Amino acid sequence: MALDLTDQNFEKEVLQADLPVLVDFWAPWCQPCLMASPAIEELAEEYDGKIKAGKLNVDESPRIAQNFGIMSIPTVIIFKGGKEVKKQIGFPGKEGYKKLIEEVI
Amino acid sequence: MNDLIIVGAGIAGMTASVYASRYKINHLVIGEIPGGQGTLAGRVENYPGYLSIPGPELMQKLIEQVKQSGVKIKQDKVGGLAKIKGGFEVKTTKEKFQTKTLILAMGAVYRHLNIPGEEKFLGKGVSYCTTCDIPLFRDKVVAIAGGGDSAVTGALHAASFAQKVYIIHRRDEFRAEPGWVEKVRKVKKIEEVLSNQVEEIKGKEKVEEIILANSYQGNQSLKVDGVFIEIGQVPSFTLAAGLKVELDGGNYVKVKPTMETNIAGVFAAGDLAAIQGGILFRQFITAASDGARAAASVYQYLHKGAIPAPAWGQQS
Repeated sequence: MALDLTDQNFEKEVLQADLPVLVDFWAPWCQPCLMASPAIEELAEEYDGKIKAGKLNVDESPRIAQNFGIMSIPTVIIFKGGKEVKKQIGFPGKEGYKKLIEEVI
Repeated sequence: MNDLIIVGAGIAGMTASVYASRYKINHLVIGEIPGGQGTLAGRVENYPGYLSIPGPELMQKLIEQVKQSGVKIKQDKVGGLAKIKGGFEVKTTKEKFQTKTLILAMGAVYRHLNIPGEEKFLGKGVSYCTTCDIPLFRDKVVAIAGGGDSAVTGALHAASFAQKVYIIHRRDEFRAEPGWVEKVRKVKKIEEVLSNQVEEIKGKEKVEEIILANSYQGNQSLKVDGVFIEIGQVPSFTLAAGLKVELDGGNYVKVKPTMETNIAGVFAAGDLAAIQGGILFRQFITAASDGARAAASVYQYLHKGAIPAPAWGQQS
């Protein structure tokens, strides 16, 4: 299961995590985001133990979204050791996300 | 072997499925985006029977309608189409399927401006989906490039978030429905910049200004935080071309009024298809109409010329 990330738990769950963390910035009004959601959930299971995956609703957690300059959704950022290492704007299909993860782990 | 595979899950493909189910044609829908481009539309106010409905909601209803007949919608990317004995093979990222007939309904993708800064600032102020991204520009200044329905409805949607909206169009009047244009003119936040074009998008980390082709109120540039590009679309023709389906000059699949292509057993519908001799009309209703016609033609093809006589209403 992808984690529910918020302005409150982002520091602990993402920036201080031991594993790389894939963060999906999304919002309910964004259809391509809803389309990307199942792929994120599947990848969270397939890569369980290798990466963490989480979803951040930009409407409910605007501070984090703003800090990372999110201006288009869906955007996926992979963090490693508290730093942004990969970024994908728009939905590239599940395979596209997979490629991104493979480059990081 | 399936009787029919519909490639594309937008309004054209889904409507084809609704009709194919009525005609008892066993079939499958494969598409990357259930609901297709319709899910990106703002409010739809010209679809019969609805006074005003958000695009995603209309598409959700259509998806439910398709599923109600027991049809499977496979959310997957089709990587290749090939001619085989007695039909065609459809390859997705995970599976292979065989079918006697095909309806191509892959739709279209956003047209780009192809100007400096456009690619560089994608996701940093440049967007092709006003519906998705405008809420991230609350109280900001944005520009919308385009003059058709999606640009004009996009500007109206943008005005409920942004503090100011410029709509920049290369012609001296909008191509959008006059009803929408009238609405735009009532919104003070929206400023029309006509007979002009965006030539360059500039900024440091993110979009800061756009350079115009002609000066506007004495300025050659406008300070903006976001640029929303709504200048129409280009047909997703690659798969069709791979099957040697004939395209016209605009890369649309050439179809007869029956939605037949040059290849027997291959039909096309929606934004991908251009009925030769007809107006290139890109609407929910025209895509739906294409889909219905294509399904009827598939029936005729499978039944050697017989015209479909569907059983409307409840079936036992």
